Amino acid sequence: MITFQGGLAAATDWSQMGPKLIEELGTTLYMVGASLLIGGLLGLAMGLALYLTRRGNLFENAFVFNLLNVIVNFIRPIPFIIFITAMGPITQALTGTILGPKPAIVAMSVMTMMAFSRLVEQNLVSLDPGVIEASRAMGASRWRVIRTVIIPEALGPLILGFTFLFIGVVDMSAMAGAVGAGGLGDLALRWGYQRMNWEITFVTLLVIVAIVQAAQFLGNWLARRVMRR
Amino acid sequence: MSQSTAPIVEFRGASKRFKAKNSDVKAVDNVSLSINAGEIFGVIGYSGAGKSTLVRMINALEPASSGTVIVDGHDLSTLGEPGLRTLRQEIGMIFQQFNLLQSRTVARNVEYPLEVAGVAKQERKRRVAELLEFVGLSDKAKSFPSQLSGGQKQRVGIARALATNPKILLADESTSALDPETTRDVLELLAKVNRERGITIVVITHEMDVVKHICDRVAVMELGKVVEEGTVFQVFSHPEHPATKKFVSTAIKDKPDPETLARLRGRHTERLITVFVHEDGGYGRRITDVLHDHNVRGGIVYGGISEIKQRPFGSLTWGLEGTDADIAAVIAELSQYTQVVDLGTSANPLDGFGYDIFTQEGEPADYVDHYAQAENQDSANPFSRFFGGKKK
Repeated sequence: MITFQGGLAAATDWSQMGPKLIEELGTTLYMVGASLLIGGLLGLAMGLALYLTRRGNLFENAFVFNLLNVIVNFIRPIPFIIFITAMGPITQALTGTILGPKPAIVAMSVMTMMAFSRLVEQNLVSLDPGVIEASRAMGASRWRVIRTVIIPEALGPLILGFTFLFIGVVDMSAMAGAVGAGGLGDLALRWGYQRMNWEITFVTLLVIVAIVQAAQFLGNWLARRVMRR
Repeated sequence: MSQSTAPIVEFRGASKRFKAKNSDVKAVDNVSLSINAGEIFGVIGYSGAGKSTLVRMINALEPASSGTVIVDGHDLSTLGEPGLRTLRQEIGMIFQQFNLLQSRTVARNVEYPLEVAGVAKQERKRRVAELLEFVGLSDKAKSFPSQLSGGQKQRVGIARALATNPKILLADESTSALDPETTRDVLELLAKVNRERGITIVVITHEMDVVKHICDRVAVMELGKVVEEGTVFQVFSHPEHPATKKFVSTAIKDKPDPETLARLRGRHTERLITVFVHEDGGYGRRITDVLHDHNVRGGIVYGGISEIKQRPFGSLTWGLEGTDADIAAVIAELSQYTQVVDLGTSANPLDGFGYDIFTQEGEPADYVDHYAQAENQDSANPFSRFFGGKKK
């Protein structure tokens, strides 16, 4: 274990910190990836539900719409650092612990779901209702319309929204690190900030920026591919 | 073009109400209407008249609130969702904004209804190629809709609507977003669809030109009601309702409007008469013969003749020089063949069209017709100033 005598002069031992950085990077990617997958799928479903139950849409249902709307509005404004601690009892029940990446994934997935559901809803609301009417007029069932019209027509913007979400989820993972989840956030806070090792702070920062850039690049490329019209 | 007179679409006292804040809005109000198999039927009205709702009641995108809609022998209210879906495959529809799927190529757009209908892939490819050939877009198969012009998009829309070999094609303001030349092309294509495939077409429009161009029969809608219905020639030659008259005047500019008439009187001091031209009388030759017989000199000062369903239609306004007695004889003789409107002279004008803009006392014109009757029925109508002659 490296100990610092307090002071900027302390040189970082990268032979030890290198593997540590890789390990924490792995933890972060695990948390972010799992949350994006779970929260993304659930958020897509919830966003679709919000859109479809809206007035005038395929499954118009004021009760369901208002219920979902209230849930999203209730959870979304909660600052994540508070939300993740408040989720303690639930994560404890689900994962048996409140430490490590797994409980963090529960809270991150819920918040990701809420955020993505709004992004999905917004993208779908701007969809031309004419194409939906046209496919209904051709005899398509409502489920077919969702599968073959609504999602494909909005796919480009949905991918961009999902990419945008990625940054928010990395942000969440850093906060999760502050309350015991591990990962790059934890590394930057405990090894960088608390020990005033700016080198570690900046290296971690660069790694995070690199991940986000890679994700943005991938997202843009994918969106461009599906939107080649 | 009617191949048979059996109705393929029948509205019986059908209404469609939408819930508004305080009261229900009747978009379609107690409409009874028959559309025959094989004809091109027009529904004309201003925006908000209910025509778009009416046409959506045919494929039950808007189910009737009350009354009955029968399509190809099926009472729509008895069909469940699966039954309606099957029926919809027999009813093609095209739209003002085309409504093509932006994420699919032209070919894949045309293929879509075939996928819905569960047609095998080989057969789908064959049909798509044939349809694109029919609408003249074979070379655009791999293009995306955003790469096409408006006219091309509507051709794709038509190919898509024809994919499942429908019996009925609904055209909802299908040319309203197109320029005049493209409009003509698309209308020609619709006429070809009707002619070569025997498909019944229901055309929704606010342009009388569209009706004049391709329709066999037409219904005029106002405030959710059908206010007039008949063959296109009938409606053009004898419009009854003020709304119909307004529409007819937009498509055929043959009669001088009040402003034009005032200018004509300024230029021509002689006696002015308007003679209506239709195929059962009032040919130009006959008019000159009559003038000659009665020693009256005359020249055309205004007017126009065009064709409706291949029949001549229009009116000519003449300036006549001769004695009052001779001119009266001319009018009397012409009136045996056709409708004649006496406009008097600029010194002594007659309100032959019932424009009601004269202040001086004068013998009312001998022009008595349905215009005045319609006016009496609906004196609050804003169009009455132009069409509903109030007799003094």
